[in-house]
Amino acid sequence: MNRFAELLDRLVLTPSRNGKLTLLRDYFRDTPDPDRGLALATITGDLSIAAVKPAMLRALVTERMDPILFGYSYDYVGDLAETISLVWPEPADAPRANAVPTLGDVVARLQAASRSDGPTVVAGLLDRLDVPARFAVIKLVTGGLRIGVSSRLAKQALADLGKVDVAEIEELWHGLEPPYAALFAWLEGRAPKPEKGARALFRPVMLSNPVGDGDLDRLDPAAYAAEWKWDGIRVQVSAEGGLRRLYSRTGDDISGAFPDLVEAMDFDGVVDGELLVGRPPEWTGTFSDLQQRLNRKTVAAKMRAKYPVFVRCYDLLQAADEDLRGLGFGARRLRLERFVETLDPERFDLSPMVAFDDWADLDRLRKAPPHPVVEGVMIKERRSPYLAGRPKGPWFKWKRDPYTVDAVLMYAQRGHGKRSSYYSDYTFGVWSGPEATPELVPVGKAYFGFTDEELRQIDKFVRDNTIERFGPVRSVRADRQNGLVLEVAFEGLNRSQRHRSGVAMRFPRISRLRWDKPPAEADRIETLQALLD
Amino acid sequence: MRASDLLHPRPEGLYCPAGDFYIDPVRPVARALITHGHSDHARPGHANVLATRETLDIMGLRLGPGFAGATQAVPLGETVTIGDATVTFHPAGHVLGSAQIAVERGGVRIVASGDYKRQPDSTCAAFEPVACDVFITEATFGLPVFRHPPAGDEIAGLLRSVEQFPERAHVVGAYALGKAQRVIRLIRDAGYDRPIYLHGALEKISAYYESVGVDLGPLEPATVDRSAKGDFAGAIVVGPPSAFADRWARRFPDPISCFASGWMRIRQRARQGGVELPLIISDHSDWDELTGTIKETGAGEVWVTHGREEALVRWCQLEGIAARPLNLVGYEDEGD
Ligand SMILES: [Zn+2]
Ligand SMILES: [Zn+2]
Repeated sequence: MNRFAELLDRLVLTPSRNGKLTLLRDYFRDTPDPDRGLALATITGDLSIAAVKPAMLRALVTERMDPILFGYSYDYVGDLAETISLVWPEPADAPRANAVPTLGDVVARLQAASRSDGPTVVAGLLDRLDVPARFAVIKLVTGGLRIGVSSRLAKQALADLGKVDVAEIEELWHGLEPPYAALFAWLEGRAPKPEKGARALFRPVMLSNPVGDGDLDRLDPAAYAAEWKWDGIRVQVSAEGGLRRLYSRTGDDISGAFPDLVEAMDFDGVVDGELLVGRPPEWTGTFSDLQQRLNRKTVAAKMRAKYPVFVRCYDLLQAADEDLRGLGFGARRLRLERFVETLDPERFDLSPMVAFDDWADLDRLRKAPPHPVVEGVMIKERRSPYLAGRPKGPWFKWKRDPYTVDAVLMYAQRGHGKRSSYYSDYTFGVWSGPEATPELVPVGKAYFGFTDEELRQIDKFVRDNTIERFGPVRSVRADRQNGLVLEVAFEGLNRSQRHRSGVAMRFPRISRLRWDKPPAEADRIETLQALLD
Repeated sequence: MRASDLLHPRPEGLYCPAGDFYIDPVRPVARALITHGHSDHARPGHANVLATRETLDIMGLRLGPGFAGATQAVPLGETVTIGDATVTFHPAGHVLGSAQIAVERGGVRIVASGDYKRQPDSTCAAFEPVACDVFITEATFGLPVFRHPPAGDEIAGLLRSVEQFPERAHVVGAYALGKAQRVIRLIRDAGYDRPIYLHGALEKISAYYESVGVDLGPLEPATVDRSAKGDFAGAIVVGPPSAFADRWARRFPDPISCFASGWMRIRQRARQGGVELPLIISDHSDWDELTGTIKETGAGEVWVTHGREEALVRWCQLEGIAARPLNLVGYEDEGD
């Protein structure tokens, strides 16, 4: 348990990606099963243990110490889990020295605990652990393990350990279960690669790069195909051997929120597409229609009727037993066209291609799309296979409105008048600096463009994610994994000496909340700088 | 006699009318008794200074030879009469030469402990509890959240990291007097015998520690003018925390910034300081040491000085010990 706690502490404070990879790789190398696998599961979010409410923990500690001294302590530290881990009084007969529980012991006890005896079990564990390990346990049971490590990074560390390609691990991933003994055995060369046991697995998604200055001049338009970029959320529809899964592009299983779609997934294959609200072909709903359906655990029948969802298909990755990802886009597209014909037309339709003669022609089409829910065009090299990640070259996105940017919320300030009880003025930033260790640099401030309901949601987000307060301003959690992405629309951009970013936006407004988008994928400052010239 | 007649705060510092002296005064006075050499306790310009031999030497090194009109070295444990009061210096375990000062008159004994700690430290004499009526305690880490782990465990973590990142330099921030030498000594105790590189600001005091028998092993200046960055790959470099604010640390290859301080117990402190590897090593008492020591002295009354007085006063109340904050100003806690 102590090594795990040490790992968490070091990961939080290690800024560089390479440093984190070294820490993770060495931990996985040096820690025995099942602890390393359980640690991995805590990072990837695949470990389920009974939750204990923070208020309950607070009650446990104030039963054991003077509440006033606890109050002084909490005021000073500011974080409940950390305060409790520090002040927890060690029982006089602490059986610490002879047997520090392992992570495996801790997880086993927590998993065996029922809702009602959870707090007692947690207290028993805290009695037997030291400060860093207590902190780790509290974070585990309150579900707040935020260590700045994505599951992708953890998988990269595994890939480093076994000297394999991370895509191999991602592909296996959904078929594996904690503590992943078979995976480690393979990575250490002690056993063959685990069978892709489970079906309907997530395939790592292929992503595009924005069109930059002069990018297209070097490319032959005839070698590329174009299609509309629809304004929904990118999904992967995976149905194999009777198992049906709908994944977000980061591999989260979101099937539960879309039973209407899952019902129609009576095929064998894996489709890449855009999840939208509507009834194809005549009705394609807006992103705010779609938002009615996002982030829900259950969906009422009324909601399903009013906001039906469907998938506009972009690509076919797998058909029955055949993996198509090695084929060129053109060949896959032909297969996709035939495949979609066999699907329920209310739930699946084909993304239409956009014919164009040259880049100038496509530029005109992009600026005057035939449908309001189109946000630009996608440009795809006809011969390119489907590659995991964001390779440079084969895929580009060319947005309709050059003046929107995906930024990350950094600071929030209380509003005035009617809004004075809400955090309603937002400072947002985009990434700058090296790719591996980017930092957010503020690029503007906006205080309108959102609905009252969205204001309440952002306000809650701000309160739940405050890092520091300075008077009426709060800084909120904003790193590559955690944070709120705001799509900001603006009228233009000026150079500015006053701003650290070197740019100032004219009339910025929040055009959309991107709860679905990982902050790491927000835009970079170079995207804005390109607009200046 | 009443305790507050024997010692009480004045703007200059804690004053004893019976002996006409101050303890650790913050302004120049005629007679000063100094607990230890940290700059907030040991200031220049007093006419007469009484302190341990080591503290006087350290003051000479840091403040220059003319730091006081006259000095008198007081051996630990020896009782000295000053006016109508008697005083005795007892080891405080804080840094080399550090002492608690027991002041007595008319059957009342007050111990002004200065800064102190109870964790083992092979670079100075260990704290010695002294029975007293009034115990004056510091409260730098006077909150139940401050609980320093054994310093050896922290050093083990440092050495693990050195092994794990052989291509990077570990740059350890540690205060020039006491902390730096203790950290180096702890690294040696853990079996590390390669040279340790020192920032120039640490050289004088470290040499003094060695001259009184504290073996720090091979030390080399952390100058890179003549050598390539690569020479510091895998090295441990020790410098004062102030050096981290300037560009000094950046001269080393991909440095891992470590900071040895009791404040590193709080994650946010480490984060704000850009510390990548916090080392929770303090020369002050943590909460358990403070409360344990108060009980051990048997004092019926406790006066709490520099630090977080309110929590310690509250704890004393719960224990039935009379306690009050002693509002002394000017102690900035150089040592942690
Ligand atoms: Zn002090
Ligand atoms: Zn001191």
